[in-house]
Amino acid sequence: MTLREPQGRRARAVGWGALGVLLILVAWEVYKFLGPAEGFVVGAISGQTGSGVMLLPRTNDRAMPHIWDMVARLFQSTSGGDTPPLIVPVVTAALTTLGIAAVGWLIGVTVGALLGLVMQRWRLAEWGLLPWIVVSQTVPLIAFAPLIASIGSQVDRAGTIPWPQWLSVAIIASYLAFFPVAVGVLRGLEAPDRIHLDLMRTYAAGYWATLFRLRLPAAVPHLLPALRLAAANAVVGAVVAEVSIGMRGGIGRMLIQLAGQGSSDPAAPWGPTFGSIALGLVAAGSVALIGVGLKNYRRGEAAA
Amino acid sequence: MRHSIRRALTVASVATVSAIALAACSAPAADTGSDTGDFEPITSIKLQLQWLPQSQFAGYYVALDKGYFTDEGFDDVEILPSGGDIVPQDALVAGDVDFAVAWVPKVLGTLEATGAELTDIAQVFQKSGTLQVSFADKGVPSVADFEGKRIGSWGFGNEWEIFAAMAAEGLDASTVSITTQDFSMNALLDGDVDAAQAMTYNEWAQILEVVNPATGKLYQPSDFDVVSYEDTEGAMLQDAIWADTARLDDPAYADAAVRFLKAVTKGWIYARDNPEEAADITYQAAISAEAAFPVGPVHQLWQMNEVNKLIWTGGDFGIVDKAAWDKTVKGALAAVNQDGLNLITAEPAASAYSNTYIQKALDELAAEGVVVNGDYTPIDVTLTEGGQ
Repeated sequence: MTLREPQGRRARAVGWGALGVLLILVAWEVYKFLGPAEGFVVGAISGQTGSGVMLLPRTNDRAMPHIWDMVARLFQSTSGGDTPPLIVPVVTAALTTLGIAAVGWLIGVTVGALLGLVMQRWRLAEWGLLPWIVVSQTVPLIAFAPLIASIGSQVDRAGTIPWPQWLSVAIIASYLAFFPVAVGVLRGLEAPDRIHLDLMRTYAAGYWATLFRLRLPAAVPHLLPALRLAAANAVVGAVVAEVSIGMRGGIGRMLIQLAGQGSSDPAAPWGPTFGSIALGLVAAGSVALIGVGLKNYRRGEAAA
Repeated sequence: MRHSIRRALTVASVATVSAIALAACSAPAADTGSDTGDFEPITSIKLQLQWLPQSQFAGYYVALDKGYFTDEGFDDVEILPSGGDIVPQDALVAGDVDFAVAWVPKVLGTLEATGAELTDIAQVFQKSGTLQVSFADKGVPSVADFEGKRIGSWGFGNEWEIFAAMAAEGLDASTVSITTQDFSMNALLDGDVDAAQAMTYNEWAQILEVVNPATGKLYQPSDFDVVSYEDTEGAMLQDAIWADTARLDDPAYADAAVRFLKAVTKGWIYARDNPEEAADITYQAAISAEAAFPVGPVHQLWQMNEVNKLIWTGGDFGIVDKAAWDKTVKGALAAVNQDGLNLITAEPAASAYSNTYIQKALDELAAEGVVVNGDYTPIDVTLTEGGQ
């Protein structure tokens, strides 16, 4: 195994990635140029506004601003006057959300890993917990978020434990993040071959020795994709939670606020949209760094 | 820090109460103190707004900026915006805040649905600012023309004036198709609705800040037909200051309400006499402290101008006009929405509004030489693209 080969592969991967982004940009502008300005609607009854089904979206400047307009908007003042360029609050808001999502990710990973460990250790716990863990993910976030927020504000008002609003957001984010970790840890810890477990038994190794020397190393290929999924989920959870409990300062709230002004300033909401895309990439990328430190254990991991 | 202050206050009040109790034990003839104004004045209050910081709420931000709250003995006044996520009357009922700004029909609906008790202690907006805007070629110049048309509304309790105005024209909700609008005006501009809901001070300006592709200039008012609900039977009272009815029996809270209204009245008077500066104060508060992203300064000045027209109609500031209140209640009783539901089915409790506190505040201000009534002389605001 030489070092040159993976490096060449990496350069090619970056090239393909850049080409993919470029293709999306080209497709956007091509559709905007060729597509119908007012969209393509079938089944419309004349004289009845809003009837029919729109098959092709509108391409006018309100619905699809030009890419260069969206980029230029990033460098114009946010709210007129002497407010800073839009990119400044976008970056600030994205970093705020990233911090909250990171806390949510940590809580989610901790809870998920503990649940995975418990379920692997006791089969009864797996039977009892796993169905509930799956069901937990079917609860709509927008129903769940105000509940957490109101519990949080009651605890905060009681005065003994401070519970700032961002903590509610982090907990809601962790609620989405724990699921892939719990399942990933469970599957990972059960991954070692029977023959390896039997070998540990012949050494008279106890539960803890087997866990640290065999099960955890074997779990790494399952764990890394789970952590990456958890990071993506934490970001989505944090953005949605910000919007639904109305926390100020993050990218989700900024997106909603600017979208309300979309008629007269259609390029503005795309600023925070790009911000949240960058946010997701940074979050997933940071988790990929964990994988670098664990590369000795990553045999047989599916590329994800 | 805030908690330690609160804890200190709690300790102090417990000490005071036990001292009074002990004094009462030793000297049975001592005054009980409850009706003589013997209370610890409230110095910290929270006000819940119903939307993001913008000139619609200029009076409160001006009162904060100019120190009017401090003048009335408040050390700590927090103005909490909402992005639609916080319902002001719910926050007030839950005890999260001390006062709230909300539309009268929305609160009446909440009061009947939950059995909670709130009191309108000052009617800031005397007139309705709701419009139904349509392109001039759509043929919707009046409420009677709604029949068979697609009518946009924001929902969330903003729709009741539409149904009340229709009820007065003998139209029920099944004769029109009601579509939920988002908070941009794209539904109107893209032709997804025939007539869209808009506030004079906000969305109407947003439409007029858009370039008309046909002319290359901004849209002009003459491009549209505008139904003003103020001119219909559906007109309802909007921005009012609400207090917790049960807490008003507490002399400390009632006293705070009067002092709060004095500061707010002064704030709105300043906003009337200095619209440019008041709009700027609000805009600065919105862009700095609140992490909000308001539409630009020109839009805020337009809003200040329009809001002043709704507040200063000649009478005293903040007094609930019984005729307007009764009209709101009548409309609320008559309105039936697209799901066949009524906003309210019975008259609200008598405690739902009270002029006691605003009258006391106005009398005290008049004694200080402040003129608390009057008209507003509108200024000319020329809108720009995007309001910036």
